[in-house]
Amino acid sequence: MAAASKLVSMREAIARHVRDGQTVLLGAQMEQMIPFAAGHEIIRQGRRDLTLIGPISDILFDQLIGAGVVSRVLAAWVGNVSAGVGYCLRRAVEQNIPQPVQMVDYSNFTLALALHAGALGVPFLPTYATLGSELLARNGNLREFPSPVNEERLVAVRALRPDVAILHVQRADEFGNAHLWGNFGVAIDGARAARQVIVVAEEIVAPDVIASDPNRTLIPGLLVGAVVHEPWGAHPSPVQGYYGRDHRFFTEYHEQSRTLEGYEHWLRRWVYEVHDRREYLERLGAQRLAPLAVRQPAFSVPANFGY
Amino acid sequence: MPAPAHTEAAPQPAHGYSLGELMVAAAAREVRDGELVFVGMRLPLLAFLLAKRTHAPRAVGLFENGVLRETPAAELLYTMADPPNLRGATWCGAMLDVMGLLQQGRVDLGFLGAAEVDRFGNLNSTWARRGQQNIRLPGSGGACDIACLARRTVVLLKHEKTRLVERVSYLTSPGYGTGNDWRRAQGLPAGTGPAAVITTLGVLRFGADGEAFLDSVHPGVRVEDVLANTGWTLRVAEQLKQTPPPTAAELAVLRELDPGGFWTGVV
Repeated sequence: MAAASKLVSMREAIARHVRDGQTVLLGAQMEQMIPFAAGHEIIRQGRRDLTLIGPISDILFDQLIGAGVVSRVLAAWVGNVSAGVGYCLRRAVEQNIPQPVQMVDYSNFTLALALHAGALGVPFLPTYATLGSELLARNGNLREFPSPVNEERLVAVRALRPDVAILHVQRADEFGNAHLWGNFGVAIDGARAARQVIVVAEEIVAPDVIASDPNRTLIPGLLVGAVVHEPWGAHPSPVQGYYGRDHRFFTEYHEQSRTLEGYEHWLRRWVYEVHDRREYLERLGAQRLAPLAVRQPAFSVPANFGY
Repeated sequence: MPAPAHTEAAPQPAHGYSLGELMVAAAAREVRDGELVFVGMRLPLLAFLLAKRTHAPRAVGLFENGVLRETPAAELLYTMADPPNLRGATWCGAMLDVMGLLQQGRVDLGFLGAAEVDRFGNLNSTWARRGQQNIRLPGSGGACDIACLARRTVVLLKHEKTRLVERVSYLTSPGYGTGNDWRRAQGLPAGTGPAAVITTLGVLRFGADGEAFLDSVHPGVRVEDVLANTGWTLRVAEQLKQTPPPTAAELAVLRELDPGGFWTGVV
């Protein structure tokens, strides 16, 4: 029997796999391939009480916090990487606007270890990182313990298993087998640690394209519940080999989100008034997108899998 | 982070170079040839690139997103995951790959920024105080990991009394804690810790007891200005030096790397 296609629309993927109160991993590839299209659909569908997990998610976490869909954040860094602080984060944490958000502060390494532990199916992994810091003192998922094999003290990082991981990739087949390249951040462990995976792909390709380079299959389809074909779905973050980073968009968001009114205006314009990514891209306009397109392709040399 | 208020004692840039360029040149000199360096963004990235183009051509750069580079990226970077930073990289892996190298003790130097640094080189990048108000900042990122595990760390920040404080209000990234053998008592690996704090007024280094002292002042800065803008009674080196200004060769490279002064102009 042929395997069933997992290809669905973004609307359907979020409706089916992201529920109120769940833990959601987003922005696993750091500043690359951030699933903005998925995040905006989560806002449009009015999810509530989500726990966000991510190392450095750039402005997507700030947008989700401002939209009131988040009650807790497990992260190493929340803000605007090229511009500075996240104003929605500040309003939520300092003034409970639009609602209180509980911050569980990690470092990048400890968040990566938490997902690695989840991916390995063990309850914790040890590290020296965060010893002596206030992260260790305040984050209940980091616990000091005496090493069982020597005289050292280490930090046990409790495993995290997100309910859903949403991962943006360059290409996937309709069964969710995904190729990605560039920097991986915590994406590989994130896919394995999560109970469900939504793959958002720039391109849908035939299974034999995936099988031609199995080393690049970093997310096997058996872990994946839904595949969404969403070109430019990571804008304004970059996707290696597809488009660059729209630096200006980050700066503009920084300026506009400085006040609550400014953020709400931004949210209406870029999330609520557009029904899907196609309408978002129409609003951005071809002139805005053209300079972000790849100017100089740089293909890797094919690896010979023959025998 | 938000631009801090202007400090009256901030020196006017001497003729021919900006304060940002002076700080980057000072930071670049902390890189030794052949070292493995956790780079970061903004001024530290420029410092690393400057070092590679001058005295440390064999230095290797590591980035938290999983990238190892032996050659500079072709364009100015806004984030470490910008496409030009991945194109031509020697290695693109996962975060745990580079953090593993760090934890093994293979990383010689890491550059960090912070909202506050204290007497013992502890860093805060989680909460800032502005008057009576507490301001939530983005958080550690990889700073805590680098501060715990790199052999040496170098911090860059603006020199203000509210930022060089007796004790950080939140300890995001450990320096020498309360001094002496604090790091060892916490279980942190031996032979790690802060090496220098490069500010807009001078360069601080650390004594054997883990306390910071003023090692050099930037050209045109008086020791009194430094002391008046430091939140504790800062010790001063017996043989206080002047921070060497950037050389013509360093300036030429810097202006090629950051032509509009995008990063060096915002100190």
